[in-house]
Amino acid sequence: MPIFKKRSISAFGKKKQDMPEGLWQKCPSCGAMIHELDLQQRYRVCPKCEHHFTLNSDERIQMIVDQGSFEEMDANLETVNTLKFKSYEDKIKNYQKRTGLKDAIVTGRSKIGGEPAVIGVMDFRFLGASMGSVVGEKVTRAVEAATAENSAVILFCASGGARMHEGILSLMQMAKTSGALARHAEAKLPYISVLTHPTTGGVTASFATLGDIIIAEPKCMIGFAGPRVVKETTHQNLPPGFQTAEFMMKHGLVDRIVPRSEMRECLTSLLGYMMPRAAA
Amino acid sequence: MNVEPLEFEKPVAELERKLKDLRENSKEIEVDKEIRRIEEKIMATKSDIYRNLTTWQRVQIARHKQRPFTLDYFNQCFDDFLELHGDRHVGDDAAMPGGFATVEGRRCVALGHQKGRDTKENLHRNFGAAHPEGYRKALRLMRLGEKFGAPIIALIDTPGAYPGIGAEERNIAEAIAFNLREMMLIRVPIIAVVIGEGGSGGALGIGVADRVLMMENAYYSVISPEGCAAILWKDGKHAPEAAEALKISAPDLKQLGIIDEIIAEPVGGAHHDHVAAAASLKTAVLKHLRELEVKDTDTLLEERYQRFRKFGEFRER
Ligand SMILES: [Zn+2]
Repeated sequence: MPIFKKRSISAFGKKKQDMPEGLWQKCPSCGAMIHELDLQQRYRVCPKCEHHFTLNSDERIQMIVDQGSFEEMDANLETVNTLKFKSYEDKIKNYQKRTGLKDAIVTGRSKIGGEPAVIGVMDFRFLGASMGSVVGEKVTRAVEAATAENSAVILFCASGGARMHEGILSLMQMAKTSGALARHAEAKLPYISVLTHPTTGGVTASFATLGDIIIAEPKCMIGFAGPRVVKETTHQNLPPGFQTAEFMMKHGLVDRIVPRSEMRECLTSLLGYMMPRAAA
Repeated sequence: MNVEPLEFEKPVAELERKLKDLRENSKEIEVDKEIRRIEEKIMATKSDIYRNLTTWQRVQIARHKQRPFTLDYFNQCFDDFLELHGDRHVGDDAAMPGGFATVEGRRCVALGHQKGRDTKENLHRNFGAAHPEGYRKALRLMRLGEKFGAPIIALIDTPGAYPGIGAEERNIAEAIAFNLREMMLIRVPIIAVVIGEGGSGGALGIGVADRVLMMENAYYSVISPEGCAAILWKDGKHAPEAAEALKISAPDLKQLGIIDEIIAEPVGGAHHDHVAAAASLKTAVLKHLRELEVKDTDTLLEERYQRFRKFGEFRER
Protein backbone atom coordinates (compact mmCIF):
# COMPACT_ATOMS: atom_id res chain seq x y z
CA MET A 1 0.00 0.00 0.00
CA PRO A 2 1.38 3.37 -0.90
CA ILE A 3 1.79 5.65 2.05
CA PHE A 4 -0.40 8.67 1.93
CA LYS A 5 0.26 11.98 3.53
CA LYS A 6 -2.38 14.63 3.85
CA ARG A 7 -1.28 17.57 1.80
CA SER A 8 -0.88 20.99 3.25
CA ILE A 9 -3.72 23.29 2.43
CA SER A 10 -1.47 25.80 0.73
CA ALA A 11 -0.86 23.30 -2.07
CA PHE A 12 -4.41 23.87 -3.12
CA GLY A 13 -4.58 27.60 -2.70
CA LYS A 14 -2.60 28.55 -5.78
CA LYS A 15 -4.84 31.43 -6.75
CA LYS A 16 -4.81 32.98 -3.29
CA GLN A 17 -2.71 35.96 -4.32
CA ASP A 18 -4.92 37.14 -7.17
CA MET A 19 -8.15 36.77 -5.20
CA PRO A 20 -9.63 40.10 -4.17
CA GLU A 21 -10.04 40.49 -0.41
CA GLY A 22 -13.44 40.25 1.19
CA LEU A 23 -15.05 38.10 -1.47
CA TRP A 24 -18.01 36.22 -0.07
CA GLN A 25 -19.82 33.29 -1.65
CA LYS A 26 -23.38 32.32 -0.89
CA CYS A 27 -23.95 28.60 -0.42
CA PRO A 28 -26.63 27.63 -2.96
CA SER A 29 -27.85 24.89 -0.63
CA CYS A 30 -28.14 26.48 2.84
CA GLY A 31 -27.64 30.16 2.04
CA ALA A 32 -24.66 30.61 4.38
CA MET A 33 -22.18 33.33 3.40
CA ILE A 34 -18.70 31.83 3.17
CA HIS A 35 -15.45 33.65 2.61
CA GLU A 36 -13.66 32.68 -0.59
CA LEU A 37 -10.48 31.82 1.32
CA ASP A 38 -12.45 29.61 3.67
CA LEU A 39 -13.93 27.81 0.71
CA GLN A 40 -10.52 27.28 -0.84
CA GLN A 41 -9.19 25.79 2.36
CA ARG A 42 -12.13 23.42 2.68
CA TYR A 43 -11.99 21.93 -0.86
CA ARG A 44 -14.84 24.28 -1.77
CA VAL A 45 -17.23 22.51 0.58
CA CYS A 46 -19.71 24.53 2.64
CA PRO A 47 -18.73 24.42 6.36
CA LYS A 48 -22.40 24.62 7.40
CA CYS A 49 -24.09 22.01 5.23
CA GLU A 50 -21.29 20.17 3.39
CA HIS A 51 -22.59 21.33 0.02
CA HIS A 52 -19.94 20.63 -2.62
CA PHE A 53 -19.43 23.71 -4.80
CA THR A 54 -18.60 23.06 -8.45
CA LEU A 55 -14.86 22.81 -9.04
CA ASN A 56 -13.08 23.88 -12.17
CA SER A 57 -10.64 21.43 -13.73
CA ASP A 58 -7.58 23.20 -12.37
CA GLU A 59 -8.84 23.11 -8.78
CA ARG A 60 -9.75 19.43 -9.13
CA ILE A 61 -6.37 18.45 -10.50
CA GLN A 62 -4.48 20.24 -7.74
CA MET A 63 -6.66 18.59 -5.14
CA ILE A 64 -6.03 15.07 -6.40
CA VAL A 65 -2.58 14.51 -7.90
CA ASP A 66 0.81 14.26 -6.25
CA GLN A 67 2.17 17.75 -6.18
CA GLY A 68 3.92 18.74 -9.39
CA SER A 69 3.18 15.43 -11.09
CA PHE A 70 0.58 16.59 -13.59
CA GLU A 71 1.59 16.78 -17.26
CA GLU A 72 -1.21 17.89 -19.51
CA MET A 73 -1.87 15.95 -22.73
CA ASP A 74 -3.43 17.15 -25.99
CA ALA A 75 -3.91 20.66 -24.69
CA ASN A 76 -4.33 22.13 -28.16
CA LEU A 77 -7.29 20.16 -29.44
CA GLU A 78 -10.06 22.45 -30.60
CA THR A 79 -13.44 21.89 -32.08
CA VAL A 80 -14.30 22.49 -35.73
CA ASN A 81 -17.84 23.19 -36.79
CA THR A 82 -18.29 20.16 -39.04
CA LEU A 83 -22.06 20.53 -39.37
CA LYS A 84 -21.80 24.32 -39.84
CA PHE A 85 -24.17 24.60 -36.91
CA LYS A 86 -25.47 28.11 -36.45
CA SER A 87 -23.42 30.29 -34.07
CA TYR A 88 -21.49 27.29 -32.70
CA GLU A 89 -18.08 28.86 -33.37
CA ASP A 90 -19.04 32.05 -31.55
CA LYS A 91 -20.29 30.02 -28.63
CA ILE A 92 -17.01 28.12 -28.43
CA LYS A 93 -14.93 31.30 -28.65
CA ASN A 94 -17.00 32.80 -25.90
CA TYR A 95 -16.47 29.84 -23.55
CA GLN A 96 -12.79 29.72 -24.41
CA LYS A 97 -12.42 33.35 -23.44
CA ARG A 98 -14.42 32.89 -20.24
CA THR A 99 -12.66 29.74 -19.01
CA GLY A 100 -9.20 29.88 -20.57
CA LEU A 101 -9.82 26.31 -21.76
CA LYS A 102 -9.94 25.02 -25.35
CA ASP A 103 -12.82 22.64 -24.61
CA ALA A 104 -14.65 20.91 -21.77
CA ILE A 105 -12.03 18.47 -20.49
CA VAL A 106 -8.42 18.58 -19.31
CA THR A 107 -6.45 15.33 -19.55
CA GLY A 108 -2.95 14.38 -18.54
CA ARG A 109 -0.48 12.02 -16.94
CA SER A 110 -0.06 12.18 -13.19
CA LYS A 111 0.92 10.29 -10.10
CA ILE A 112 -1.55 9.68 -7.32
CA GLY A 113 -0.05 8.31 -4.15
CA GLY A 114 2.94 7.38 -6.30
CA GLU A 115 0.91 5.31 -8.77
CA PRO A 116 0.79 6.32 -12.44
CA ALA A 117 -2.67 7.48 -13.41
CA VAL A 118 -3.87 9.17 -16.55
CA ILE A 119 -6.64 11.49 -15.48
CA GLY A 120 -9.34 13.43 -17.23
CA VAL A 121 -11.30 16.20 -15.56
CA MET A 122 -14.43 17.55 -17.17
CA ASP A 123 -15.08 21.23 -16.62
CA PHE A 124 -18.75 22.05 -16.32
CA ARG A 125 -18.15 25.74 -16.96
CA PHE A 126 -17.39 24.98 -20.62
CA LEU A 127 -20.73 24.59 -22.41
CA GLY A 128 -22.06 22.36 -19.63
CA ALA A 129 -19.12 19.98 -20.21
CA SER A 130 -21.01 18.55 -23.15
CA MET A 131 -19.20 15.84 -25.10
CA GLY A 132 -18.29 16.57 -28.69
CA SER A 133 -15.39 15.42 -30.83
CA VAL A 134 -12.73 17.12 -28.68
CA VAL A 135 -13.89 15.64 -25.37
CA GLY A 136 -14.32 12.22 -27.01
CA GLU A 137 -10.91 12.34 -28.68
CA LYS A 138 -9.11 13.51 -25.54
CA VAL A 139 -10.71 10.81 -23.39
CA THR A 140 -9.89 8.19 -26.03
CA ARG A 141 -6.26 9.30 -26.36
CA ALA A 142 -5.89 9.42 -22.58
CA VAL A 143 -7.25 5.89 -22.20
CA GLU A 144 -5.12 4.59 -25.08
CA ALA A 145 -2.02 6.17 -23.54
CA ALA A 146 -2.84 4.58 -20.18
CA THR A 147 -3.22 1.18 -21.84
CA ALA A 148 0.12 1.57 -23.63
CA GLU A 149 1.90 2.78 -20.48
CA ASN A 150 0.29 0.44 -17.92
CA SER A 151 -1.41 3.29 -16.13
CA ALA A 152 -4.67 3.55 -14.34
CA VAL A 153 -7.38 5.80 -15.74
CA ILE A 154 -9.37 8.10 -13.50
CA LEU A 155 -12.08 10.23 -15.09
CA PHE A 156 -13.83 12.96 -13.14
CA CYS A 157 -17.17 13.20 -14.88
CA ALA A 158 -19.57 16.11 -15.09
CA SER A 159 -21.64 16.70 -18.16
CA GLY A 160 -24.90 17.92 -19.56
CA GLY A 161 -24.62 15.12 -22.12
CA ALA A 162 -23.72 14.89 -25.78
CA ARG A 163 -22.97 18.14 -27.60
CA MET A 164 -25.94 18.72 -29.86
CA HIS A 165 -24.04 21.16 -32.08
CA GLU A 166 -21.86 18.34 -33.37
CA GLY A 167 -24.82 16.10 -34.14
CA ILE A 168 -24.12 12.44 -34.80
CA LEU A 169 -20.36 12.94 -34.33
CA SER A 170 -20.95 13.62 -30.65
CA LEU A 171 -23.08 10.46 -30.35
CA MET A 172 -20.24 8.45 -31.88
CA GLN A 173 -17.87 9.64 -29.14
CA MET A 174 -19.82 7.39 -26.77
CA ALA A 175 -18.83 4.31 -28.78
CA LYS A 176 -15.29 5.56 -29.34
CA THR A 177 -14.51 6.22 -25.66
CA SER A 178 -16.19 2.98 -24.55
CA GLY A 179 -14.14 1.07 -27.13
CA ALA A 180 -10.90 2.50 -25.77
CA LEU A 181 -12.00 1.48 -22.26
CA ALA A 182 -12.72 -2.05 -23.53
CA ARG A 183 -9.07 -2.38 -24.51
CA HIS A 184 -7.87 -0.82 -21.26
CA ALA A 185 -10.00 -3.35 -19.36
CA GLU A 186 -8.58 -6.22 -21.42
CA ALA A 187 -5.11 -5.13 -20.25
CA LYS A 188 -6.38 -5.59 -16.66
CA LEU A 189 -5.67 -2.01 -15.70
CA PRO A 190 -7.86 -0.12 -13.24
CA TYR A 191 -10.39 2.46 -14.34
CA ILE A 192 -12.03 4.59 -11.66
CA SER A 193 -14.92 6.84 -12.60
CA VAL A 194 -15.71 9.72 -10.25
CA LEU A 195 -19.17 11.17 -10.76
CA THR A 196 -19.53 14.82 -9.85
CA HIS A 197 -22.40 17.27 -10.11
CA PRO A 198 -24.07 16.85 -12.55
CA THR A 199 -23.35 13.77 -14.68
CA THR A 200 -26.05 13.11 -17.26
CA GLY A 201 -26.95 11.98 -20.77
CA GLY A 202 -24.41 10.56 -23.20
CA VAL A 203 -21.54 10.74 -20.72
CA THR A 204 -23.49 8.72 -18.15
CA ALA A 205 -24.42 6.28 -20.92
CA SER A 206 -20.77 5.74 -21.87
CA PHE A 207 -17.54 6.09 -19.89
CA ALA A 208 -19.04 7.47 -16.64
CA THR A 209 -20.78 4.19 -15.77
CA LEU A 210 -18.01 1.85 -17.00
CA GLY A 211 -15.63 2.22 -14.07
CA ASP A 212 -14.29 -0.85 -12.29
CA ILE A 213 -15.02 1.37 -9.35
CA ILE A 214 -17.60 4.14 -9.47
CA ILE A 215 -17.38 6.89 -6.88
CA ALA A 216 -19.82 9.74 -6.45
CA GLU A 217 -19.49 13.05 -4.67
CA PRO A 218 -22.18 13.58 -2.03
CA LYS A 219 -25.56 14.80 -3.28
CA CYS A 220 -24.43 15.15 -6.89
CA MET A 221 -27.01 14.63 -9.60
CA ILE A 222 -26.49 11.53 -11.75
CA GLY A 223 -28.85 10.34 -14.44
CA PHE A 224 -29.47 9.40 -18.03
CA ALA A 225 -32.54 11.45 -18.89
CA GLY A 226 -33.12 14.85 -17.32
CA PRO A 227 -35.64 14.87 -14.45
CA ARG A 228 -38.02 17.10 -16.45
CA VAL A 229 -38.05 14.64 -19.35
CA VAL A 230 -38.70 11.76 -16.96
CA LYS A 231 -41.56 13.64 -15.36
CA GLU A 232 -43.12 14.67 -18.66
CA THR A 233 -42.81 11.20 -20.17
CA THR A 234 -44.08 9.19 -17.24
CA HIS A 235 -46.62 11.65 -15.75
CA GLN A 236 -45.46 10.43 -12.36
CA ASN A 237 -44.09 12.25 -9.35
CA LEU A 238 -40.40 11.63 -8.98
CA PRO A 239 -39.38 9.77 -5.82
CA PRO A 240 -37.54 11.89 -3.22
CA GLY A 241 -33.85 12.24 -3.95
CA PHE A 242 -34.33 10.88 -7.48
CA GLN A 243 -31.07 10.80 -9.47
CA THR A 244 -28.83 11.86 -6.58
CA ALA A 245 -25.65 10.08 -5.53
CA GLU A 246 -27.54 8.75 -2.50
CA PHE A 247 -30.31 7.40 -4.73
CA MET A 248 -27.68 5.68 -6.89
CA MET A 249 -26.11 4.21 -3.75
CA LYS A 250 -29.45 2.88 -2.53
CA HIS A 251 -30.07 1.17 -5.85
CA GLY A 252 -26.61 -0.38 -5.91
CA LEU A 253 -25.28 1.66 -8.82
CA VAL A 254 -22.15 3.20 -7.24
CA ASP A 255 -19.40 1.73 -5.05
CA ARG A 256 -18.97 4.59 -2.63
CA ILE A 257 -19.99 8.15 -1.93
CA VAL A 258 -16.83 10.01 -1.05
CA PRO A 259 -16.68 13.57 0.27
CA ARG A 260 -14.14 15.77 -1.43
CA SER A 261 -11.87 16.00 1.59
CA GLU A 262 -11.36 12.21 1.43
CA MET A 263 -11.22 11.81 -2.34
CA ARG A 264 -7.47 11.76 -2.79
CA GLU A 265 -7.01 9.33 0.07
CA CYS A 266 -9.71 7.04 -1.29
CA LEU A 267 -8.27 7.04 -4.83
CA THR A 268 -4.79 6.37 -3.49
CA SER A 269 -6.08 3.46 -1.48
CA LEU A 270 -8.02 2.01 -4.45
CA LEU A 271 -5.05 2.24 -6.79
CA GLY A 272 -3.02 0.43 -4.14
CA TYR A 273 -5.45 -2.49 -4.34
CA MET A 274 -5.84 -2.46 -8.10
CA MET A 275 -2.58 -1.55 -9.82
CA PRO A 276 -0.73 -4.55 -11.23
CA ARG A 277 2.20 -5.69 -9.11
CA ALA A 278 5.28 -7.57 -10.20
CA ALA A 279 5.00 -11.22 -9.10
CA ALA A 280 6.63 -11.72 -5.72
CA MET B 1 -52.71 -2.33 -47.73
CA ASN B 2 -54.31 1.07 -47.69
CA VAL B 3 -51.47 3.48 -47.03
CA GLU B 4 -52.25 6.64 -45.14
CA PRO B 5 -50.71 9.58 -47.00
CA LEU B 6 -48.42 11.99 -45.18
CA GLU B 7 -49.09 15.71 -45.51
CA PHE B 8 -46.68 16.19 -48.42
CA GLU B 9 -48.03 13.10 -50.21
CA LYS B 10 -51.55 14.48 -50.44
CA PRO B 11 -51.23 15.77 -54.05
CA VAL B 12 -50.47 12.18 -55.12
CA ALA B 13 -53.30 10.77 -53.02
CA GLU B 14 -55.69 13.27 -54.60
CA LEU B 15 -54.65 12.27 -58.13
CA GLU B 16 -54.96 8.60 -57.25
CA ARG B 17 -58.45 9.13 -55.96
CA LYS B 18 -59.40 10.90 -59.21
CA LEU B 19 -57.97 8.04 -61.21
CA LYS B 20 -59.86 5.43 -59.23
CA ASP B 21 -63.03 7.41 -59.65
CA LEU B 22 -62.57 7.68 -63.39
CA ARG B 23 -61.87 3.98 -63.76
CA GLU B 24 -64.84 2.88 -61.74
CA ASN B 25 -67.46 5.28 -62.98
CA SER B 26 -66.99 5.52 -66.73
CA LYS B 27 -66.81 2.84 -69.37
CA GLU B 28 -66.29 5.02 -72.41
CA ILE B 29 -63.24 4.87 -74.62
CA GLU B 30 -62.63 8.63 -74.47
CA VAL B 31 -61.56 8.49 -70.82
CA ASP B 32 -58.59 6.29 -71.70
CA LYS B 33 -56.72 9.40 -72.69
CA GLU B 34 -57.66 11.14 -69.47
CA ILE B 35 -56.62 8.10 -67.43
CA ARG B 36 -53.25 8.06 -69.15
CA ARG B 37 -52.84 11.77 -68.52
CA ILE B 38 -53.51 11.35 -64.79
CA GLU B 39 -51.23 8.33 -64.55
CA GLU B 40 -48.43 10.35 -66.08
CA LYS B 41 -49.13 13.21 -63.72
CA ILE B 42 -48.99 10.81 -60.75
CA MET B 43 -45.62 9.51 -61.88
CA ALA B 44 -44.28 13.02 -62.35
CA THR B 45 -45.64 14.27 -59.03
CA LYS B 46 -44.26 11.25 -57.17
CA SER B 47 -40.84 11.55 -58.70
CA ASP B 48 -40.85 15.26 -57.97
CA ILE B 49 -41.85 14.77 -54.31
CA TYR B 50 -39.65 11.79 -53.51
CA ARG B 51 -36.57 13.00 -55.34
CA ASN B 52 -36.52 16.20 -53.33
CA LEU B 53 -37.49 14.98 -49.87
CA THR B 54 -36.47 17.30 -47.06
CA THR B 55 -34.94 15.74 -43.97
CA TRP B 56 -38.08 16.50 -42.02
CA GLN B 57 -40.22 14.68 -44.61
CA ARG B 58 -37.92 11.68 -44.26
CA VAL B 59 -38.40 11.82 -40.48
CA GLN B 60 -42.16 11.62 -41.09
CA ILE B 61 -41.64 8.57 -43.33
CA ALA B 62 -39.26 7.01 -40.78
CA ARG B 63 -41.99 7.32 -38.14
CA HIS B 64 -44.89 6.17 -40.34
CA LYS B 65 -46.90 3.63 -38.40
CA GLN B 66 -47.36 1.47 -41.50
CA ARG B 67 -43.63 1.27 -42.06
CA PRO B 68 -42.14 -2.23 -41.76
CA PHE B 69 -40.89 -2.81 -38.21
CA THR B 70 -38.21 -5.17 -36.94
CA LEU B 71 -40.42 -8.27 -36.73
CA ASP B 72 -41.84 -7.53 -40.22
CA TYR B 73 -38.30 -7.63 -41.60
CA PHE B 74 -37.57 -10.80 -39.62
CA ASN B 75 -40.68 -12.42 -41.13
CA GLN B 76 -39.81 -11.39 -44.66
CA CYS B 77 -36.06 -11.95 -44.61
CA PHE B 78 -35.49 -15.04 -42.51
CA ASP B 79 -36.18 -18.69 -43.32
CA ASP B 80 -37.09 -19.04 -39.66
CA PHE B 81 -36.90 -17.11 -36.40
CA LEU B 82 -36.98 -18.54 -32.89
CA GLU B 83 -37.60 -15.84 -30.32
CA LEU B 84 -35.74 -16.04 -27.00
CA HIS B 85 -36.94 -14.05 -24.03
CA GLY B 86 -35.63 -12.24 -20.99
CA ASP B 87 -32.50 -10.70 -19.52
CA ARG B 88 -32.29 -13.48 -16.86
CA HIS B 89 -32.51 -10.91 -14.08
CA VAL B 90 -35.53 -8.64 -14.09
CA GLY B 91 -37.80 -9.25 -17.02
CA ASP B 92 -38.45 -9.55 -20.72
CA ASP B 93 -38.52 -6.32 -22.69
CA ALA B 94 -41.01 -6.54 -25.54
CA ALA B 95 -39.49 -3.38 -27.03
CA MET B 96 -36.39 -5.44 -27.90
CA PRO B 97 -37.30 -8.86 -29.32
CA GLY B 98 -34.50 -11.16 -30.44
CA GLY B 99 -33.51 -14.74 -31.00
CA PHE B 100 -32.00 -17.26 -33.40
CA ALA B 101 -32.69 -16.93 -37.10
CA THR B 102 -31.68 -18.57 -40.36
CA VAL B 103 -31.02 -16.50 -43.44
CA GLU B 104 -30.15 -18.32 -46.68
CA GLY B 105 -29.05 -21.32 -44.66
CA ARG B 106 -26.84 -19.26 -42.33
CA ARG B 107 -27.44 -19.38 -38.59
CA CYS B 108 -27.44 -15.96 -36.98
CA VAL B 109 -28.68 -14.02 -33.97
CA ALA B 110 -31.20 -11.31 -34.79
CA LEU B 111 -32.58 -8.61 -32.53
CA GLY B 112 -33.91 -5.10 -32.68
CA HIS B 113 -36.24 -2.45 -31.35
CA GLN B 114 -39.90 -3.18 -31.99
CA LYS B 115 -42.65 -0.58 -32.23
CA GLY B 116 -46.38 -1.19 -32.21
CA ARG B 117 -48.89 -0.23 -34.87
CA ASP B 118 -51.80 0.68 -32.59
CA THR B 119 -52.29 1.76 -28.99
CA LYS B 120 -52.59 -1.77 -27.64
CA GLU B 121 -49.46 -2.94 -29.42
CA ASN B 122 -47.60 0.18 -28.40
CA LEU B 123 -48.44 -0.31 -24.75
CA HIS B 124 -46.91 -3.77 -25.08
CA ARG B 125 -43.88 -2.60 -27.10
CA ASN B 126 -43.50 0.72 -25.26
CA PHE B 127 -43.28 2.57 -28.61
CA GLY B 128 -39.94 0.89 -29.27
CA ALA B 129 -38.36 2.61 -26.26
CA ALA B 130 -36.41 -0.14 -24.50
CA HIS B 131 -35.71 -0.45 -20.79
CA PRO B 132 -32.38 -1.63 -19.32
CA GLU B 133 -33.69 -5.21 -19.57
CA GLY B 134 -33.92 -4.82 -23.36
CA TYR B 135 -30.29 -3.81 -23.71
CA ARG B 136 -29.18 -6.55 -21.33
CA LYS B 137 -31.21 -9.17 -23.19
CA ALA B 138 -29.69 -7.91 -26.45
CA LEU B 139 -26.19 -8.44 -25.08
CA ARG B 140 -27.10 -11.86 -23.71
CA LEU B 141 -28.26 -12.90 -27.17
CA MET B 142 -25.16 -11.43 -28.81
CA ARG B 143 -23.05 -13.51 -26.45
CA LEU B 144 -24.98 -16.58 -27.59
CA GLY B 145 -24.08 -15.64 -31.14
CA GLU B 146 -20.45 -15.30 -30.13
CA LYS B 147 -20.43 -18.65 -28.37
CA PHE B 148 -21.95 -20.53 -31.29
CA GLY B 149 -20.26 -18.64 -34.10
CA ALA B 150 -23.42 -16.99 -35.36
CA PRO B 151 -23.15 -13.46 -36.77
CA ILE B 152 -25.40 -10.79 -35.30
CA ILE B 153 -27.99 -8.71 -37.12
CA ALA B 154 -29.37 -5.75 -35.14
CA LEU B 155 -32.22 -3.63 -36.46
CA ILE B 156 -32.47 -0.13 -34.99
CA ASP B 157 -35.85 1.57 -34.72
CA THR B 158 -36.36 3.58 -31.54
CA PRO B 159 -37.28 7.12 -30.53
CA GLY B 160 -34.75 6.62 -27.71
CA ALA B 161 -34.16 4.54 -24.60
CA TYR B 162 -37.07 4.86 -22.18
CA PRO B 163 -36.68 7.84 -19.81
CA GLY B 164 -38.64 6.35 -16.92
CA ILE B 165 -38.18 6.14 -13.16
CA GLY B 166 -37.67 2.37 -13.16
CA ALA B 167 -35.29 2.63 -16.10
CA GLU B 168 -33.14 5.08 -14.14
CA GLU B 169 -33.34 2.96 -10.98
CA ARG B 170 -32.13 -0.08 -12.91
CA ASN B 171 -29.37 1.93 -14.59
CA ILE B 172 -30.41 2.42 -18.19
CA ALA B 173 -27.26 4.48 -18.75
CA GLU B 174 -25.04 1.61 -17.64
CA ALA B 175 -26.99 -0.91 -19.70
CA ILE B 176 -26.24 1.14 -22.83
CA ALA B 177 -22.65 1.93 -21.87
CA PHE B 178 -21.94 -1.71 -21.12
CA ASN B 179 -23.20 -2.72 -24.57
CA LEU B 180 -21.01 -0.08 -26.22
CA ARG B 181 -17.97 -1.51 -24.52
CA GLU B 182 -18.80 -5.21 -24.88
CA MET B 183 -19.97 -5.03 -28.50
CA MET B 184 -16.51 -3.75 -29.37
CA LEU B 185 -15.10 -7.13 -28.26
CA ILE B 186 -17.67 -9.62 -29.57
CA ARG B 187 -15.85 -12.11 -31.75
CA VAL B 188 -18.39 -12.60 -34.53
CA PRO B 189 -19.49 -10.21 -37.29
CA ILE B 190 -22.12 -7.64 -36.32
CA ILE B 191 -24.30 -5.80 -38.83
CA ALA B 192 -26.60 -3.02 -37.66
CA VAL B 193 -29.30 -1.49 -39.83
CA VAL B 194 -31.17 1.69 -38.94
CA ILE B 195 -34.60 0.81 -40.35
CA GLY B 196 -36.64 3.74 -38.99
CA GLU B 197 -35.76 5.96 -36.07
CA GLY B 198 -32.18 5.97 -34.80
CA GLY B 199 -32.86 7.75 -31.54
CA SER B 200 -29.61 8.67 -29.80
CA GLY B 201 -27.98 6.44 -27.17
CA GLY B 202 -30.94 4.09 -27.31
CA ALA B 203 -30.09 3.39 -30.94
CA LEU B 204 -26.32 3.21 -30.47
CA GLY B 205 -26.83 0.76 -27.59
CA ILE B 206 -27.22 -2.02 -30.18
CA GLY B 207 -25.35 -0.19 -32.93
CA VAL B 208 -21.65 -0.84 -32.37
CA ALA B 209 -21.13 -2.97 -35.47
CA ASP B 210 -18.72 -3.88 -38.24
CA ARG B 211 -21.14 -2.42 -40.75
CA VAL B 212 -23.85 0.13 -40.09
CA LEU B 213 -26.41 0.34 -42.87
CA MET B 214 -29.40 2.60 -43.16
CA MET B 215 -32.71 2.48 -44.96
CA GLU B 216 -33.06 5.39 -47.36
CA ASN B 217 -35.67 7.24 -45.29
CA ALA B 218 -34.47 6.34 -41.82
CA TYR B 219 -32.83 8.93 -39.58
CA TYR B 220 -30.11 8.64 -36.95
CA SER B 221 -29.50 11.46 -34.50
CA VAL B 222 -28.01 12.45 -31.18
CA ILE B 223 -31.25 14.24 -30.27
CA SER B 224 -34.75 14.30 -31.72
CA PRO B 225 -35.41 17.24 -34.06
CA GLU B 226 -38.15 18.36 -31.65
CA GLY B 227 -35.77 18.20 -28.68
CA CYS B 228 -33.13 20.17 -30.54
CA ALA B 229 -35.68 22.79 -31.62
CA ALA B 230 -36.93 23.11 -28.04
CA ILE B 231 -33.40 23.93 -26.91
CA LEU B 232 -32.30 26.15 -29.78
CA TRP B 233 -35.52 27.94 -30.70
CA LYS B 234 -37.35 27.31 -27.41
CA ASP B 235 -40.09 25.91 -29.63
CA GLY B 236 -40.63 22.38 -30.97
CA LYS B 237 -42.29 23.84 -34.08
CA HIS B 238 -38.85 24.52 -35.50
CA ALA B 239 -38.20 20.78 -35.72
CA PRO B 240 -37.93 20.85 -39.56
CA GLU B 241 -35.05 23.34 -39.37
CA ALA B 242 -33.44 21.38 -36.54
CA ALA B 243 -33.69 18.16 -38.59
CA GLU B 244 -31.87 19.87 -41.46
CA ALA B 245 -29.18 21.38 -39.20
CA LEU B 246 -28.44 18.11 -37.36
CA LYS B 247 -27.69 16.24 -40.63
CA ILE B 248 -29.58 13.11 -39.67
CA SER B 249 -30.71 11.76 -43.06
CA ALA B 250 -29.11 8.73 -44.68
CA PRO B 251 -27.46 10.78 -47.48
CA ASP B 252 -26.00 13.22 -44.93
CA LEU B 253 -24.72 10.42 -42.70
CA LYS B 254 -23.22 8.58 -45.66
CA GLN B 255 -21.35 11.74 -46.55
CA LEU B 256 -20.10 12.09 -42.96
CA GLY B 257 -18.86 8.49 -43.12
CA ILE B 258 -21.06 7.36 -40.23
CA ILE B 259 -22.88 4.69 -42.24
CA ASP B 260 -21.52 2.27 -44.81
CA GLU B 261 -24.43 1.92 -47.20
CA ILE B 262 -27.86 3.37 -47.93
CA ILE B 263 -30.46 0.69 -48.63
CA ALA B 264 -32.90 1.88 -51.32
CA GLU B 265 -36.59 1.88 -50.42
CA PRO B 266 -39.51 1.38 -52.80
CA VAL B 267 -40.90 4.61 -54.34
CA GLY B 268 -42.66 6.62 -51.65
CA GLY B 269 -40.97 4.78 -48.80
CA ALA B 270 -40.80 1.32 -47.26
CA HIS B 271 -44.39 1.52 -46.00
CA HIS B 272 -45.70 1.38 -49.59
CA ASP B 273 -44.19 -2.06 -50.17
CA HIS B 274 -42.96 -4.18 -47.24
CA VAL B 275 -41.91 -7.07 -49.47
CA ALA B 276 -39.71 -4.93 -51.68
CA ALA B 277 -38.20 -3.09 -48.70
CA ALA B 278 -37.36 -6.37 -46.97
CA ALA B 279 -35.85 -7.75 -50.18
CA SER B 280 -33.44 -4.80 -50.45
CA LEU B 281 -32.52 -5.08 -46.78
CA LYS B 282 -31.86 -8.80 -47.10
CA THR B 283 -29.69 -8.33 -50.20
CA ALA B 284 -27.61 -5.65 -48.49
CA VAL B 285 -27.20 -7.57 -45.22
CA LEU B 286 -26.15 -10.75 -47.06
CA LYS B 287 -23.64 -8.85 -49.17
CA HIS B 288 -21.95 -7.40 -46.08
CA LEU B 289 -22.17 -10.67 -44.20
CA ARG B 290 -20.27 -12.41 -47.01
CA GLU B 291 -17.56 -9.75 -46.85
CA LEU B 292 -17.24 -10.03 -43.06
CA GLU B 293 -17.37 -13.84 -42.82
CA VAL B 294 -14.04 -14.30 -44.57
CA LYS B 295 -12.12 -11.99 -42.24
CA ASP B 296 -10.14 -13.52 -39.41
CA THR B 297 -11.47 -12.52 -36.01
CA ASP B 298 -8.57 -10.29 -34.95
CA THR B 299 -8.80 -8.29 -38.18
CA LEU B 300 -12.55 -8.02 -37.73
CA LEU B 301 -12.17 -6.62 -34.21
CA GLU B 302 -9.36 -4.24 -35.15
CA GLU B 303 -11.42 -2.87 -38.02
CA ARG B 304 -14.48 -2.50 -35.79
CA TYR B 305 -12.38 -0.55 -33.28
CA GLN B 306 -10.93 1.69 -35.97
CA ARG B 307 -14.36 2.19 -37.56
CA PHE B 308 -15.49 4.06 -34.45
CA ARG B 309 -12.06 5.34 -33.42
CA LYS B 310 -11.90 7.63 -36.44
CA PHE B 311 -15.15 9.49 -35.73
CA GLY B 312 -14.83 13.12 -34.69
CA GLU B 313 -13.40 16.26 -36.19
CA PHE B 314 -11.08 18.69 -34.46
CA ARG B 315 -7.97 20.70 -35.12
CA GLU B 316 -4.71 20.59 -33.27
CA ARG B 317 -2.30 23.47 -33.26
ZN1 LIG C 1 -24.25 25.34 2.78
